[in-house]
Amino acid sequence: MDITFNHVSYIYQANTPFAHKAIDDLSFHIPSGSFTAVVGHTGSGKSTLIQHLNGLIRPSDGEVSIGDYRLTNNAKPADMKELRSRVGVVFQYPEHQLFEETVKKDIAFGPENFGVASEEIDKRISRITADVGLNEEQLERSPFDLSGGQMRRVAIAGVLAVQPEVLVLDEPTAGLDPRGQHEMMEMFHNLHEQQRLTTILVTHSMEDAVRYADHVIILNNGTKYMEGKPEDVLSRKEALQRVQLDVPEMVQFLDAFEKKFGKKIPFRRQSAAAIASEIRDRLREGDRYE
Amino acid sequence: MLKNCSFSIHENEAVAIIGHNGSGKSTIAKLMNGLLFPQEGEILINGQPVNAETVWDIRKDVGMVFQNPDNQFVGTTVQDDIAFGMENRGIPRDEMVKRIAQTLDAVGMQDYRLTEPHKLSGGQKQRVAIASVLAIFPKVLILDEATAMLDPKGRKEIMNTVTMVQEQRHLSLITITHDLQEVVQAERVIVMNKGKVWDEATPRGIFARKGELRSIGLDVPFVAILSEELRKAGVPIMNEVLDQDELLEELWTSHSTM
Amino acid sequence: MNNGLIIGQYVPGESLVHRLDPRTKITVIFFFVFIVFLANSVVSYSVLTLFALASTFTTRIPIYYILKGLTPVWFLIVFTFILHLIVTNEGNVLINIIGFKIYSGGVIQGFAISMRFFLLILVTSLLTLTTTPIEITDAIEDMLHPLKKVRFPVHELALMMSISLRFIPTLMQETDKISKAQASRGVDFRTGPLKERIKAVVPLLVPLFVSAFKRAEELAMAMEARGYQGGEGRSKLRELKLEKRDFIIFALFIAVVITLFATRNY
Repeated sequence: MDITFNHVSYIYQANTPFAHKAIDDLSFHIPSGSFTAVVGHTGSGKSTLIQHLNGLIRPSDGEVSIGDYRLTNNAKPADMKELRSRVGVVFQYPEHQLFEETVKKDIAFGPENFGVASEEIDKRISRITADVGLNEEQLERSPFDLSGGQMRRVAIAGVLAVQPEVLVLDEPTAGLDPRGQHEMMEMFHNLHEQQRLTTILVTHSMEDAVRYADHVIILNNGTKYMEGKPEDVLSRKEALQRVQLDVPEMVQFLDAFEKKFGKKIPFRRQSAAAIASEIRDRLREGDRYE
Repeated sequence: MLKNCSFSIHENEAVAIIGHNGSGKSTIAKLMNGLLFPQEGEILINGQPVNAETVWDIRKDVGMVFQNPDNQFVGTTVQDDIAFGMENRGIPRDEMVKRIAQTLDAVGMQDYRLTEPHKLSGGQKQRVAIASVLAIFPKVLILDEATAMLDPKGRKEIMNTVTMVQEQRHLSLITITHDLQEVVQAERVIVMNKGKVWDEATPRGIFARKGELRSIGLDVPFVAILSEELRKAGVPIMNEVLDQDELLEELWTSHSTM
Repeated sequence: MNNGLIIGQYVPGESLVHRLDPRTKITVIFFFVFIVFLANSVVSYSVLTLFALASTFTTRIPIYYILKGLTPVWFLIVFTFILHLIVTNEGNVLINIIGFKIYSGGVIQGFAISMRFFLLILVTSLLTLTTTPIEITDAIEDMLHPLKKVRFPVHELALMMSISLRFIPTLMQETDKISKAQASRGVDFRTGPLKERIKAVVPLLVPLFVSAFKRAEELAMAMEARGYQGGEGRSKLRELKLEKRDFIIFALFIAVVITLFATRNY
């Protein structure tokens, strides 16, 4: 499903002394089947943006469209539940939403609410359990007996079991250790590749945006600061630093390399190995011509 | 959780403890502060064993900042939170007011003295937590994954704050972390794996064991990975590098001899 | 984030009312609640209304905001008025609609009672609008101090209150977060039969309790690490001090009380 924001603004606690504009005149387009990273500081409007995607909130101004669903200040889809079954949201620290007695029941909770038949749910669970890296034996255990990382996988399985077309991820790796973070991102990447899920990743990690996304939106103070291909957006070092965002380490290094050796190696999201051989070649060729 | 761990940390030293989740890092922190007591063996702080009798004295010397910024903020405003530890120790009001001003200065939060916690960012809350510890004039500051729940901006704030504090006050700093930047800043690194001390060396020494580090679920810095790839590609990198400047320097040397 | 309004939520400010000692405010309001019931004439009501409105304007909080905050209460005030119109049958008949009579006594009575109600709520909401909850806690701790002699846990009570206050915004954010997460999983908190709606609360309550317990545990550990050993031997940062303005307000209030007594029955 295509997602479009058309001049969207959102104000919290409008008409009170506490009124606060979280999103201001925001427009962008996310094509169906893309992997989009939304990057910005805490308070840049990312979580407000997410809540529009499945109709948890409606814009104060402007229009959000998700496939055929339209959200404006005074119009919402007739069947909100249907929208929510098609847009799955994995919130930050999703393990906090677990509540059932067993892992299996918790995963089944979403699909049950959306009216999926129980044999179909069972089928989905056994498939998804493997996808998220849980084992069958854990299905009958209480989710509260699992480790933090495993609980998060259960919560994610609960969202995937609804079989959404759009998957929204709000900092899915927060609080995990390096291996856990890597495994988690690889898992989402595989899901995206295999099922062509439209994936929207909200993240602080420039490295993840570089590695996984094919489209990047950078938010600053509730407005769109930059948008485009990761290699274009994330290589603009000065522009990123102006809003105090990190620059991917590779971009930083290539920039410093250029300053020191006077040789430019363009950033194309290449691997460390590719960069290494480019550096070697550039250094050797320099010798030849000097 | 922990098996037969021995190590010592010196005065004024900055040590990082790393390890995957569940490797026993946080247990170590709690043992140092008397929040847990060892079932076997002994912990000495400043020559004093940690036990039920000494624990309140130990806690004066060993201050701790925890992971979740929300769950350690006791006061209803910033100054109340900093006062909490001092109030517990019966420090007179005038002295408290003085120290609140000093420590807020030290962590760069002087403009937030009367702010309520829910109006602060995670990084700001953690800076307040550091200030509250400093107000007691501890000899040891333990950061138990204090940056794990913060965004990059908050993480930077905390790292700058800690560097500033270390310059101003002489204390031992123990950072328990996953963050490579924090590891690189330490003088010495203790790597934990499955409840045991896996290695104990300088950051350079630790990152020289890249492959093994990854196999126990830890990360290595981008420059270390790149220098490894460069070697594979036939560019001689002689020394282990920790940051970009060092790597560029190495490249410069190998370039002029190439 | 909550989109709605909370009745009497603190609005920061620097007005005279804001700066008064919370004990002064609590005492004045406490007695005001009593004397409202003593008013029985146009003049005495006017005296009280004047006092209440003067206090309200002194806070410099926008009137529309205060009135909006009272929205849920307006219904009660109007209801009270109508109730008195119907049940009172004193005085002259003003309107007679097919045997259903409204008496002048009912109008007066209804007006008086509604006014009383309005004044009560207005003045008490001024306390919470201009006083931070922690100041109220401090004042209560101070005013309950004598009870320490009978082993009443005043310190513990005050600490409990202040920690609750500290965590209310945190827990509200958490409630909002979890209810949104569950709504995304297809829970409908708003519509459907009552039984279904009660069932919908479980996925909200369980995570909230789990998290509250975890927070409590971590907080207790953090407090211990920071040397908390109970109320014994603690010093205090917050000090309450009566200023000149507090005495002036007391004097003024006593004047109001005297005027009220003097103008009763007029």
